[in-house]
Amino acid sequence: MSPETINLTLKVWRQHGPEDQGRFTTYQADNIPTDASFLEMLDIVNERLTVEGEDPIAFDHDCREGICGMCGAVINGRPHGPEKETTLCQLHMRGFQDGDTIVIEPFRARAFPVIKDLAVDRRALDKIIQAGGFISVNTGQAPEANSLPVPKANAELAFDAATCIGCGACVAACPNASAMLFVGAKISHLALLPQGRPEAAKRALAMVAEMDRLGFGNCTNHKECQVECPKGINITNIARLNREFIKAAVKSAEEIPIFPAGQPEALAMGANE
Amino acid sequence: MQLDAKIPGGPLETKWDRHRFELKLVSPANKRKFDIIVVGTGLAGASASAALAELGYQVKTFCIQDTPRRAHSIAAQGGINAAKNYPNDGDSIWRLFYDTIKGGDFRAREGNVYRLAQVSNLIIDHCVAQGIPFAREYGGLLANRSFGGAQVSRTFYAKGQTGQQLLLGCYSALMRQVAAGQVTMLPRREVLDLVLVNGQARGIVVRNLITGAIERHAAHAVVLATGGYGNLFQPFTTNGMGSNVGAAWRAYKRGAGFANPCFTQIHPTCIPMHGDYQSKLTLMSESLRNDGRVWVPKQAGDQRRPEDIPENERDYYLERIYPSFGNLSPRDIASRAAKFQCDQGKGVGATGRAVYLDFADAIKRLGRAEIAARYGNLFQMYEKITGEDPYQTPMMIYPASHYAMGGLWVDYNLMSTIPGLFVLGEANFSDHGANRLGASALMQGLADGYFVIPYTIGGYLAGTALAEVNESHQSFTDAEMEVNAKISRLFQIRGSRTAASFQIDLGHIMWEYCGMSRNDDNLQKGKKLVADLRQEFWENLTLPGSTGEFNQSLEKASRVADFLEFGELVITDALARRESCGCHFNEAFQTEEKEAKRDDAQMCHVAVWEYGGEGQEPIFAKEPLVFEFVKLVERSYK
Repeated sequence: MSPETINLTLKVWRQHGPEDQGRFTTYQADNIPTDASFLEMLDIVNERLTVEGEDPIAFDHDCREGICGMCGAVINGRPHGPEKETTLCQLHMRGFQDGDTIVIEPFRARAFPVIKDLAVDRRALDKIIQAGGFISVNTGQAPEANSLPVPKANAELAFDAATCIGCGACVAACPNASAMLFVGAKISHLALLPQGRPEAAKRALAMVAEMDRLGFGNCTNHKECQVECPKGINITNIARLNREFIKAAVKSAEEIPIFPAGQPEALAMGANE
Repeated sequence: MQLDAKIPGGPLETKWDRHRFELKLVSPANKRKFDIIVVGTGLAGASASAALAELGYQVKTFCIQDTPRRAHSIAAQGGINAAKNYPNDGDSIWRLFYDTIKGGDFRAREGNVYRLAQVSNLIIDHCVAQGIPFAREYGGLLANRSFGGAQVSRTFYAKGQTGQQLLLGCYSALMRQVAAGQVTMLPRREVLDLVLVNGQARGIVVRNLITGAIERHAAHAVVLATGGYGNLFQPFTTNGMGSNVGAAWRAYKRGAGFANPCFTQIHPTCIPMHGDYQSKLTLMSESLRNDGRVWVPKQAGDQRRPEDIPENERDYYLERIYPSFGNLSPRDIASRAAKFQCDQGKGVGATGRAVYLDFADAIKRLGRAEIAARYGNLFQMYEKITGEDPYQTPMMIYPASHYAMGGLWVDYNLMSTIPGLFVLGEANFSDHGANRLGASALMQGLADGYFVIPYTIGGYLAGTALAEVNESHQSFTDAEMEVNAKISRLFQIRGSRTAASFQIDLGHIMWEYCGMSRNDDNLQKGKKLVADLRQEFWENLTLPGSTGEFNQSLEKASRVADFLEFGELVITDALARRESCGCHFNEAFQTEEKEAKRDDAQMCHVAVWEYGGEGQEPIFAKEPLVFEFVKLVERSYK
């Protein structure tokens, strides 16, 4: 591994809070080791800014192993940067050239208000899951684990869909800021398993309704989401979502009550502040 | 400090049943009258929140991340153990219990560990019902694999992302309860103090990380599931950047006993360090040792590329020294063995602090496609970080701090020495003794959350007189004032060093002086260095911004301040344990074969520390460990 370093110019989106208009600020980032990750590069810049008495750049991150989904920014116009199937924390500086200018801005979507700089509020994704992204089983109710075989192929497709890390890159990549890939992944994961079938129709209708209510856009087949997804979630999951939704929609409203009486208000207010 | 573990009497097999019968119950109609605070949304916290809400309790759940789905349980890779015995290879509840007790080098409680093994099967049932996409065989039934420290295949897994899948299961159950109005979810909140009223835990003071507002939250009981303290060793750790000891430490300072803090697990297979800018290290799942072979060159200082070193000049040292377990030796043993080889100059890579983990034989035997199916995501992650392709050249690995067996002391009910304060998962100390076996952390987190706390918290609430307490109580006012004073102090230092730089210095001290191999001299030196660093921190910290805003530097500084106090307690505990056991290896106590030498006559106890006041030494107490059912033997994997 080489101890090489490169010099970079960063154009970073600085926005003090949701009400602030925000602007790009230019920083010189010299002597950045090429083996550093993108976030470690930001750490280095922040250490320098802090010592110089400036406000460091706010960005979300935690596991730095590409699995928690907390990091994410738009790098030169692409969510999580230019590499395929890579979260920002797993993007390494060896992919950049000495002298490069890098533009760094937050995920932009109506449903993701900026908290500060690169950190955004993605609680809208939790609300979509609350609308139905689960199997209703209470602790203690489960039958013996092997009592219900699942064809290996289905289990694997379900797993592939379930690897979504909820980072929101699909929303940031979509010209319509649609969350269809996120929703499609969860619908698929659960619809492919026999355990998820009893609630499949209700789930599809409720999650799509909630996504619309929260201000996410529609899918118009740009397929940018699939390109930018750090976990390689395939858009066939959106096709499966559409099938599940249509199947559910043609059944009568009496058969599938989407919301029990009173629940839409509860959801709209968000039991969770 | 009074330590009553409250282990029920009678045969091991019936202790938990008997205890559940003896615990008082809260009637269904009364459960909604109780408010419970749960802090943390990893496997333990999210499962507890969901299970308690399902029962009808009013739950308020807190996490530091933007959403509960990001807790660091998500990064667990390899799997979760259960005693299902699906492979018909001789497993049983008793064997899982025994392996866990032995793996912990006989420093865990029999009663707790047996219960853990008993409920392990319920966890798998529940997770499958939630839709966790575990690996399956062609017949559609669940697949198993073996894991470090076990000779049976009892590990359930979802590729190298088992923690992620299990956590998303708990998270979905938690979201269902939020929608049902049973859980109020409060993300981006950090606990800065525990509030006691009449000696009982009755609430917390938190900082809203978005606005900076200090908030008070009252409840009838508080559950901490805040994870471990591996970041004490940052950057030599696999922990997520946000993981911290803060909530546990504040509870300690309010009177909760801290048990076995020196029991810190060093995981043998992490991607080695390669630069001083590195923020943390990345784990490579232990499952890789199922097919990968660990080796170093026989000749010290051999600089050849691994593929140029012929077979007879390689030392597959784990297979040589531990023939019956080989590459699947437990973590403490595999880690020390790697360090020992590197200390002899046989380490590889640019720094000499690495050993090879080689898949060439496995690829020959099983084919590249099968290896990709088993470990694809891990190989990809390795390549992203190092720029090297492990299908072509052996991985390089080295140990790093991973898991904390130590934690807040709890009794059989998972209640700390503070009534009404329960501690679950990695944050407590109870089940893994001096070393945790692979795939047991996920099991314990979910056991505590789904299948223990729902019973034991009911026993407490039904059997305890609890005064009416709300957020305007004087204890909340006092705690909030202390929190504000501490934050102000941090801003008033106006020095020149960042909090992050102090954390890295602390990690270097702990790794060097209280790491894989310890001795009294170094521990004494380390203790002084930590105290000196803490003093420098309070004189020379620079902290940008203010408290009334989103301020990640303040979050960091507050956590580092706690780690700087806690590090000293870890070293104090290491000095007090006059033996080697599991992960704790003091060079003064070793066998002729350089293995850990326990002292069962003097040291068969849990070391519990009580806060002695500002600037005072902590007060030591011990809980003797009584083994009624297993015989203590030298832990051999040869």
